[in-house]
Amino acid sequence: MCEAFVYTDRMTVGYHGRPVVKEAEIAIRRGEILTLIGPNGAGKSTLLKSMAGQLTLLNGGVFLDGKSVSAMQEQELARRAAVVFTDRVHPELMTCFQVAASGRYPYTGRFGRLTKADRRIVEETLWTVGAGELMEQDFMQLSDGQKQRILLARALCQEPEILLLDEPTSYLDIRHKLEILKVLRRLAHEKKLAVVLSLHELELAERISDRVACVRSGRIDRLGSPEEIFSSCYIGELYGLPSKECSHVPFVCPELGRTEGKPEVFVMGGGGFGIPVYRRLQRECVPFAAGILWENDLDYPIARALAVEVVAVPAFEPISEETFLRAKRLMSACRRFVPCHTQFGELNARNRELCEAAKQQGLLDDAFLRSAHLLH
Amino acid sequence: MNRRARMRICGSYGALTAALLFLLAANIFCGSVKLTPGEILSQLFEGGERDMVWSIVWLIRLPRLLGAALLGGALAVSGFLLQTFFANPIAGPFVLGISSGAKLSVSLVMLVLWRRGIFFGSGGMILAAFLGAMVSMGFILLISARVKRMSVLVLCGVMIGYICSAVTDFLVAFADDANIANLHNWSLGSFSGMSWEGLRAAFLVVLPALLFSFFLSKPIGAYQLGEPYARSMGVNTGRLRAELVILSSILSACVTAFAGPVSFAGIAVPHLVKRMLKTAQPIYVLPACALGGAGFCLFCDLAARTLLAPTELSISSVTAVFGAPVVIFMMLRQGRNEGV
Repeated sequence: MCEAFVYTDRMTVGYHGRPVVKEAEIAIRRGEILTLIGPNGAGKSTLLKSMAGQLTLLNGGVFLDGKSVSAMQEQELARRAAVVFTDRVHPELMTCFQVAASGRYPYTGRFGRLTKADRRIVEETLWTVGAGELMEQDFMQLSDGQKQRILLARALCQEPEILLLDEPTSYLDIRHKLEILKVLRRLAHEKKLAVVLSLHELELAERISDRVACVRSGRIDRLGSPEEIFSSCYIGELYGLPSKECSHVPFVCPELGRTEGKPEVFVMGGGGFGIPVYRRLQRECVPFAAGILWENDLDYPIARALAVEVVAVPAFEPISEETFLRAKRLMSACRRFVPCHTQFGELNARNRELCEAAKQQGLLDDAFLRSAHLLH
Repeated sequence: MNRRARMRICGSYGALTAALLFLLAANIFCGSVKLTPGEILSQLFEGGERDMVWSIVWLIRLPRLLGAALLGGALAVSGFLLQTFFANPIAGPFVLGISSGAKLSVSLVMLVLWRRGIFFGSGGMILAAFLGAMVSMGFILLISARVKRMSVLVLCGVMIGYICSAVTDFLVAFADDANIANLHNWSLGSFSGMSWEGLRAAFLVVLPALLFSFFLSKPIGAYQLGEPYARSMGVNTGRLRAELVILSSILSACVTAFAGPVSFAGIAVPHLVKRMLKTAQPIYVLPACALGGAGFCLFCDLAARTLLAPTELSISSVTAVFGAPVVIFMMLRQGRNEGV
């Protein structure tokens, strides 16, 4: 990628001479968001700290706009790269304005006096991150979500070209997570900021990133667009999940793993109605079978992850006699039959038959759905 | 900064200056011999004769009060620098054992060298105290590299204090009576030993150190957000840390060299000053600490001289009475907030 704004060249990072991530090659263009994902302790924070010039590289280099970061003056680097760390800060008796204004450090004079222009930048930045009303408040009195915004504003006051954030969404509730990421998206777009961040929330990483770098076992295992990274079994592999505990279709959906054993319940799902029932049975440690599903059904990947046995047919195919009999045998061996919906058409007439057979055998359990508030 | 905050800072500075001037005057007039402004003025204009009033004011009270003011300011600033370094308001030269190290070193000089008839002036004493302070400081730094908890560091400081006292006692066993009397007075802590010569030496060391600290107020302000953030803003944190250690050691060593260990002023004064100004920005806090520390020590010295006059209390006992409760209060508050 020739027009990369920031790139690392065989960068090896670590502590006390011991490498954590070796030979990392990362490149970011302006206006682009790159997300580091990977298991705990893989070295995401170490990578970020090294790229920010906080840690001495063990090997290789980081280049910003074609210039080696290690060769830059402290002040120049501070004007071009800003950081938001995970560690909490405890500034004593500081208003939000003062915390944000400390980001003007590389621009102010000997005693750090703010000029009118500095003040205007700080105020504008605070409004940009949606913390304009908090300006005069004591920083320590804020909630975690508000603090994170102020720290983001502080970094932006450095007027950087690249912004590095270490897990900016930790400690935050879902609303604040989304808001912070939205601000980042907007900044990257409007100010042509290059953004590198680490995230644990895969679903958010998938939505915010232009590119995703996967850090695992001491290296950048994969680097690509979210479509490339998230649309395969790779995510489960990255985090070392047993393959059956990860259902993935267009999105990553970690499941807590199935209960093994002889199926006690037969769940007739379809159209997404089965999912809450599967999950409930999984929580209650009840082994179950699922059917009859089409392989393109919303329920199918989750049934695959959670059910002991799944009776399925290829997408858009009718249910064959053989499949039906298999499902019926399986159902008869169960103690209960839970139908998750009552919508039967031409294609799934066999499911209706299955339902009636269950009724005759006295296996039908409507009460389960009602008791679980899952009746649609 | 808005209008109210600015007013508050100006008001606080006014109050601190007024209190300082008042205490300076009180220290001249009060004491075991009470003087009135009239007596002193008449001395100034009429007398060419150097009588008792002149001696009391010029040779005893003036150097003593100026010393108390100067060294008090040094102590408070030293405390503030250490608090910045450890990112904890309960750091100070006394509780971390830095004063004790300086004290041991000065005792060694007094006992070992004086015995052999080797004397050297105030500068030498400051140097000895500084070396002792640096040894204690090095020890505390070694521990703080392993344990980050302030309570452990304070405990280590207390231990250092005991070790230093033990070694001093051991040395005293081999000392002459005259030296013991000297050492005893000094080791309890008192500004009574200040002479014009000593004051000049103290001034030459303390004033540049204070100015230097003031010029560090911008990086210190950045450092208050934590070392990583300071570094990301372009602060050379390695150099700043070294500067903080050396400056705080110089300042507290200078105090110890002249007045012996003075307790708790280094914690209590910066804390009170920050509450008063309602800001922790070093550019405002540092000069206010110097003023406040000067006032605090003048007040405590006045109390030490006058409460049980003509018997004098040690300065450290008086500062402890006023300073220790503030420190206990702070520890309780900190323990409630996040655990020390």
